[in-house]
Amino acid sequence: MERDDLIEYSLHGHHSEEQGKVIRKKIWMVTALLTAITIVEVALGAFIKQSSGAWPFVKWSFIIMTLFKAGYIVMIFMHLGDEKKTLRYVILVPYFLFMLYLIFIALWEALAVGEAWATYGV
Amino acid sequence: MAGHTTELDAKTLWGGKESPFQTSYGKLMMWFFLVSDALTFGGLLIAYGFTRHDAQDAWPIGEETFNSLPFLGHGYPLIYVALMTFILIVSSVTMVLAVEAGHRMDRKGVTKWMIATIIGGFFFLGSQAWEWSHFIHGSEFGKIELADGSQAIVKGHFGEIESFTVEVAGKHHKKGDIIKEDLMHTFQHAAEKGHLHEGKILLHDGSIAKVNKVKDEHMELIIKKDGKKNKIGDAPIEGDAAEKMYYEALYSGEANRVIYGANLKQNEYGPQQYGQFFFFITGFHGFHVFSGVIINILICIGVMAGTYHKRGHYEMVEKTGLYWHFVDLVWVFVFTFFYLV
Repeated sequence: MERDDLIEYSLHGHHSEEQGKVIRKKIWMVTALLTAITIVEVALGAFIKQSSGAWPFVKWSFIIMTLFKAGYIVMIFMHLGDEKKTLRYVILVPYFLFMLYLIFIALWEALAVGEAWATYGV
Repeated sequence: MAGHTTELDAKTLWGGKESPFQTSYGKLMMWFFLVSDALTFGGLLIAYGFTRHDAQDAWPIGEETFNSLPFLGHGYPLIYVALMTFILIVSSVTMVLAVEAGHRMDRKGVTKWMIATIIGGFFFLGSQAWEWSHFIHGSEFGKIELADGSQAIVKGHFGEIESFTVEVAGKHHKKGDIIKEDLMHTFQHAAEKGHLHEGKILLHDGSIAKVNKVKDEHMELIIKKDGKKNKIGDAPIEGDAAEKMYYEALYSGEANRVIYGANLKQNEYGPQQYGQFFFFITGFHGFHVFSGVIINILICIGVMAGTYHKRGHYEMVEKTGLYWHFVDLVWVFVFTFFYLV
């Protein structure tokens, strides 16, 4: 049976010419930002040696910058920021919880395994 | 804007008419697929992190491993991967512009930006092919096992091999023959087999030839595996001392003292798993890019045929866009954890 009461969500994306201008401007801003972050990352990677004292800070700044880049891609380019809040959290929260858990478990375990090898030989 | 939120009364909300997410089925399923795919890549990168944290030997450093550009040679740390990242970001931007044009029902705009995205995708795939080829073939010096059992990677300028002059005839070459073809490949192959000795090379046919080679410059040995004398973290060995140690090992007559490039068993950059993870993670990502390009082409054909225009919306472009952005997203993480950190 054909239903006529269903909402066509696909049409919700439509916007006008003026709105389009604003959105395009935002897209180019994000492009500039992502490019700038990448340039900073490469400059830091090329000029600061891993043996230097500043390296731990550089390493963490890489991870933070990456998360920023990822955030902009997901929220702006993938429009997740414009979706309904429930959808946003259904996508993000379980993923982050699981990943943080996995990172914690795997890296902690790896250090223990590495220590065991160093102590008892391979 | 995508996904307007509207106020709803309880009757509409609980009557089964309204989707709790206010998105179409297709888009929702694309998101669910992307979450599962993100779990796959997350798992891979975390496995990489695990291996790296428990590794005993020194892990390769991005700017030492990836410092070449096509046609320009060495000495450009990370520039090439940065370029690849930029290409992918730009193709992501053209994709989002295609989606935006779709929201205005601008068919010409969608076609234009989709084609730009596809071209960007091909550029990225081509770059990755070069990157793989470079990784597999490796550097001119390779990784060398020194006399004390330590292993070192070698930086510097490799003096060109000009020719081989045959000194002892074999089955094929006569005494006095000058060989000018396939020199580097022959030299590296002989080095791996231990067929080099005091500037002489033992060729396939049993002849022995003198290697005419320009002197290397600025050689530097960086220790990557502890030996009896040299340890990881020592200051690089430079100049004449480096050359002496390098050629002592190269001319030792022993096989497997030098490793060039990478395969699944060994690589010149670091532990065995490093090469395996490189091939698997960048390969799996490259496969995603390839699929993305194919999907984009199919959708682009649909756009040009007017299929979506007739449908009244360009949501298919939005869905393939989600996938394409995801590919970019994964690369951002691969870039950080494989090349930078």
